[in-house]
Amino acid sequence: MIAEIGLAALWLAAALAALQLFAGVLALRQNQDEDGELARLVRPAAMVQALLASLAFLMLMWCFAITDLSVKLVAANSHSLKPILYKVTGTWGNHEGSMLLWVAVMAMSGGLIGWLEKRLPVRTMQATLATQGFVALGFYAFLLLSSNPFERLPIPAPEGQGLNPLLQDIGLALHPPTLYIGYVGLSVAFSFAIGALLTRNVTPEFARVMRPWVLGAWVFLTLGITAGSYWAYYELGWGGWWFWDPVENASLMPWLAATALLHSTSVLAARDALRTWTIMLGVVAFSMSMLGTFLVRSGVLTSVHAFAVDPERGSFILALLAIYIGGSLAIFALRAGTVAEGKRFAMTSREGALVFNNVMLSAILGIVLLGTLYPLLTEAFDIRVSVGPPYFNPVSAIFAVPMFLVMAAGPLMRWREDKPARIQLELAIVGAIILGVLAVVAVLGDYSILAILGLALSAGLAIASFMPLRGRKLARVPLATWGMVLAHFGVAVSLFGMASESAFTTERLSAVTAGESQQVAGWNITLESVDPIAGPNWTAMEARVIAQRGKGEASVMVPQARNFWAPAQATSESALLTRWDGQLYAVIGDSAGVDANGNQRWQLRVWWKPFVTFIWYGGLLIALGGALAIIGRVSTDLKRRRAVLRGTEKRAEAEQLKMEKIDGYGTF
Amino acid sequence: MRWTLWIPLGLFVFFLGVAGYQLTQPKDDQIPSAMVEKALPEFELPAAVETMPGASRANFIGGKPKLLNIWASWCLPCIAEAKQLEVLEGQGVEIIGVAIRDKPEDVANFLERYGNPYTRIGKDDISSLMLEIGASGVPETYVIDAEGVIRYQHIGDIRLEHIPLLLEELKKAET
Repeated sequence: MIAEIGLAALWLAAALAALQLFAGVLALRQNQDEDGELARLVRPAAMVQALLASLAFLMLMWCFAITDLSVKLVAANSHSLKPILYKVTGTWGNHEGSMLLWVAVMAMSGGLIGWLEKRLPVRTMQATLATQGFVALGFYAFLLLSSNPFERLPIPAPEGQGLNPLLQDIGLALHPPTLYIGYVGLSVAFSFAIGALLTRNVTPEFARVMRPWVLGAWVFLTLGITAGSYWAYYELGWGGWWFWDPVENASLMPWLAATALLHSTSVLAARDALRTWTIMLGVVAFSMSMLGTFLVRSGVLTSVHAFAVDPERGSFILALLAIYIGGSLAIFALRAGTVAEGKRFAMTSREGALVFNNVMLSAILGIVLLGTLYPLLTEAFDIRVSVGPPYFNPVSAIFAVPMFLVMAAGPLMRWREDKPARIQLELAIVGAIILGVLAVVAVLGDYSILAILGLALSAGLAIASFMPLRGRKLARVPLATWGMVLAHFGVAVSLFGMASESAFTTERLSAVTAGESQQVAGWNITLESVDPIAGPNWTAMEARVIAQRGKGEASVMVPQARNFWAPAQATSESALLTRWDGQLYAVIGDSAGVDANGNQRWQLRVWWKPFVTFIWYGGLLIALGGALAIIGRVSTDLKRRRAVLRGTEKRAEAEQLKMEKIDGYGTF
Repeated sequence: MRWTLWIPLGLFVFFLGVAGYQLTQPKDDQIPSAMVEKALPEFELPAAVETMPGASRANFIGGKPKLLNIWASWCLPCIAEAKQLEVLEGQGVEIIGVAIRDKPEDVANFLERYGNPYTRIGKDDISSLMLEIGASGVPETYVIDAEGVIRYQHIGDIRLEHIPLLLEELKKAET
């Protein structure tokens, strides 16, 4: 019954999405106001749809929690022996479940807009909600017609097929849902952009309404990418934190677009400039998240993440892409010319700096997109290529370096027009720091040019990010400004972590017997013992490694080489030892035969990665900055709205008084 | 109307064309083991069930080319391919099995329910052969010639349409 309730709820939600679309479109065509016969239906349709889609998702979660093996999806992806936490997270650890999570989150944000958002003109709101319904309808169709999560098996399976052991991790519980919320937030921004474009209402007010959604999406994308990167770092056991894998790129591209969109939205909200560009970015940001989904799910590109590859689904998503992205780009081409140009500004102004960085971000986006799609293109000519770090790192750095430089100066500039001479002291300080660090690092060691540049820029940027606070009363600085400062500082912290990791990492791979010691960057590493152990659905060789730094306290690390059954797969569980200035990373490999005395030898790989954790601390700081900005913006908007309301009331009162006075004259 | 506004749509249509074309192309994403055309690694595995002998590399030397089937009683696709293995056995092919991470009673149960096409079944409790031979999962089937060289690798369950293919590979391995 549970599965059937879920399926019924899903169909009803789809029907409501259709209602939301048609009622919205007809109300728009008939110029109905908020209380029009059809217009009245739009908001409730969005709200009830949110409830139904969430119900469907909860029902699927229930099926996974009780391991209902008569449901095909559960039988294919779960196992009765799995710990309950992974049973539940398994709900979205597969194609159908994750798509259901997507539509549930999308319906919830649609419901939230329908319920709360009352700032925009009626027509723009109708167009926005109709677009939202249109996008949702496509995803419902996809779920119901080609990947029904509630399909039953004719005969219940005797036991589930397990879950990819790589995905049996707490990382899975957090990483995909965060990314999905981010993607969905971008779909809301997309609906707003199309709604504004259709009704030719690209105004600062529209930007202010869209901004929290863009910020929210961006915060979640940042968290999702940060968590995903850390997960790959400790789970894959390769010691790397970014592999330029197509799926990683699929999450990075929407982030780059969202970052650009976020900044251009701010310009639109504050200065009424960059109208067309903001709309374009709104379309591009959502296109990138759809494109990412297509690349991951269709299997046109080979990736370690391809856990749900199916060409038929690929065709379906491609059709959705053609409708939504093709359609919105066509509307953009037809309509954007009619959107009145925004305000003008000088190149040396805060807008100028933001535009420059927007162009740089878009260029990096283009580079990542090209590198990701290039194998697809060459395969059409039967050439198999793989594009990796040797392309992505230097080529994106060409644009990233000037971007970081402008990012240091931009927030110090004034809106509209500014003279560089006004902030020459600040610029000189930042420039001196960058050049100083550059010189010191380049003289001290033989490091790669990108690592040196990264270290120097991160130092300059870290100082520069706090400069906007100079000469201001800290208690009176708006929350949104604090958000910007923190987020920019986070970028510096993260950049420092990346550069430090790539410049200073030391690695040691050796075959050792129990009791043998070795040295890595001031650490004394001793392999104490290697013993077999067993978990609920795996067996492993577990090593006990004693790590001691100089005369300091000794710590125990326990890396494992795990073997899962159902399905059979070997993974390596790295062991991490975190210190404030870096991480020790140990992986136990295969047995490496015996030494002369007949003792078993093991492959032990140890890295010392100075300040590597700063990469993820930086990511968290960026997300925190974004969150502060949301709180700041929303509360300011609410305050302003209340003030406006009070103003109207006062005016009405004054009007009334005047009338009474006039009346009074009459009586006197 | 500004023509530059049509550039994004143009680029997108180009992408649609390439991606659409790629989707219609048959995709070969099975990664053949680097071990094909190399000698079968040395191994000696104890019996997986009491009633049958275990398996070692020596069993493949001499005589006709044989099949090495890596499977497990807990693996569902292995149930699906059991019938096809019986057909191959009926054609006079010798199949040596290696059971991965299995218990003797489960193996015996499996053979009773789904048939026994094997002449020998080795027991690999730590997937050692799987790793050495470069198998990515269960089931996998290898054609081994009389000199102990791996001639062909089949990934996944053997379906009906694969039987002629395997018979041909076995024939090729005779030379």
